[in-house]
Amino acid sequence: MSVFAFYLFAICALAGGLFTVISRQPVHSVLWLILAFISSAGLFVLLGAEFVAMLLVIVYVGAVAVLFLFVVMMLDVDFAALKAEMAKYLPLALLVGLIILMQFVVAYGAWEANGAAETLRAAPTPSDITNTEAIASLLYDKYFLLFQLAGLILLVAMIGAIVLTLRHRQDIKRQNVLAQLYRDPAKAMELRDVKPGQGL
Amino acid sequence: MADFFSNTYLGIALVLIGQVLLVVVPLLVALAFLMYADRKVWAAVQMRRGPNVVGIYGLLQSFADFLKYMVKEVVFPAGADRFVFLLAPMITLVMSLIAWAVIPFNDGWVVSNINVAILYVFAISSLEVYGVIMGGWASNSKYPFLGSLRSAAQMISYEVSIGLIIIGVIISTGSMNLTDIVHAQDGRFGLFSWYWLPHLPMLFLFFISALAETNRPPFDLPEAESELVAGYQVEYSSTPFLLFMIGELTAVVLMCALTTLLFFGGWLSPIPGLPDGVLWMIAKMLFVFFMFAMVKAITPRYRYDQLMRLGWKIFLPMSLVWVVFVAFAARFDWFWGAFARWG
Repeated sequence: MSVFAFYLFAICALAGGLFTVISRQPVHSVLWLILAFISSAGLFVLLGAEFVAMLLVIVYVGAVAVLFLFVVMMLDVDFAALKAEMAKYLPLALLVGLIILMQFVVAYGAWEANGAAETLRAAPTPSDITNTEAIASLLYDKYFLLFQLAGLILLVAMIGAIVLTLRHRQDIKRQNVLAQLYRDPAKAMELRDVKPGQGL
Repeated sequence: MADFFSNTYLGIALVLIGQVLLVVVPLLVALAFLMYADRKVWAAVQMRRGPNVVGIYGLLQSFADFLKYMVKEVVFPAGADRFVFLLAPMITLVMSLIAWAVIPFNDGWVVSNINVAILYVFAISSLEVYGVIMGGWASNSKYPFLGSLRSAAQMISYEVSIGLIIIGVIISTGSMNLTDIVHAQDGRFGLFSWYWLPHLPMLFLFFISALAETNRPPFDLPEAESELVAGYQVEYSSTPFLLFMIGELTAVVLMCALTTLLFFGGWLSPIPGLPDGVLWMIAKMLFVFFMFAMVKAITPRYRYDQLMRLGWKIFLPMSLVWVVFVAFAARFDWFWGAFARWG
């Protein structure tokens, strides 16, 4: 049963990746990419890493791919022209791809897997705690400082992005929400009893 | 016989299909009456009668609507991306249904009792935005596109605070399993042992965020009639539109179930001594749904910038501070252990 599920997810992931690249419509590409993400999440579940699988769906599919989709939908780029230009560089790209493929062949040809690798991979966590707790004890106990450091790097990136795009425009009218909330109804409006047939 | 159902693939598949039908069929039937209830509450607040023609007191109105949607013609807008156009409502419906796989209705009454259940629900509800975005984009029309852009920004914004509120509950429980979360609320004081009391501010935040996440009024900006006609649904007709509607309502009921499980103790009875059971769960879900319907009736629609300000500048900092507070309260056992239920 799990073998069947594995091949289902694996084929979906590969097909998703392939169609991401060859799809003519960029929005379709992003949708195929989402299929690839979800299939990989399924593979994680099969490995027994359900926490990582859920995080993959939440972070990549729920947030990152939505932003991708956002950007791609708003883009006004002629992808046909881009593709035509790409054909010019195809021989060079093929050459680079071939070299990388040969390197992989050389590297994997000499690689001998440990006999116990299969069992180690199937059960990466001890059976008495859930893998959520296992990840937590690694992140928050063993590698606490490194984890905080990674957070700091993200913070720096965020501050950088804000600094790059922040500009204070003087020529537009801004809303002051606090001032709006604290307006006094008695001063802001006036009730008048208008007689029929007469104006104010 | 028991051997056949627990050991052979066919048997397991049959049992699973049976369980799924046992959840989905009552859910869909209940949806028809919930839609009716929603309209009746709305009408009562506005001193109208609401649906009252089809069946006794209009009880069969939803089924009449269902038939009407089924027999109408599917219209494809010119230049629409047909595949994505049809995929979008299906995704909305499927995403809102598969989340029910991990919702426990009673002790042990759950299709799939997984460890990361609450994360699964959160992940699925974050996928629901795709139906809206894809529908808006594939319609090849301006109003739907604007509606779907609004929806994407809105759902992502409020997901963040929902996630942080859920983290508070997870810290208190020490588990992400929904059954464990309910068991952690089982205490001597009946309804005062539930999480709504220690997590009271977050209950309100969660309720409001759930309104925004499911595009319910007063946050129904993606389909604001006065600005966008019907937002991402403008070009939809017939069955695809019906799928969108069922999907949205299922998501609302899911949020009711989630509120019940996280804050109102699921199937636990409010008074110590009375038996627990699935009826309590249903009663609490109906109560939360009634609140959803009332909010729809009595609040005016938010402006888009107000919505974004509320999400990012008020809810996010509040829920973030609350997570830190709950972490300290649970670690150092403040408030007689109300925040730490892991023993």
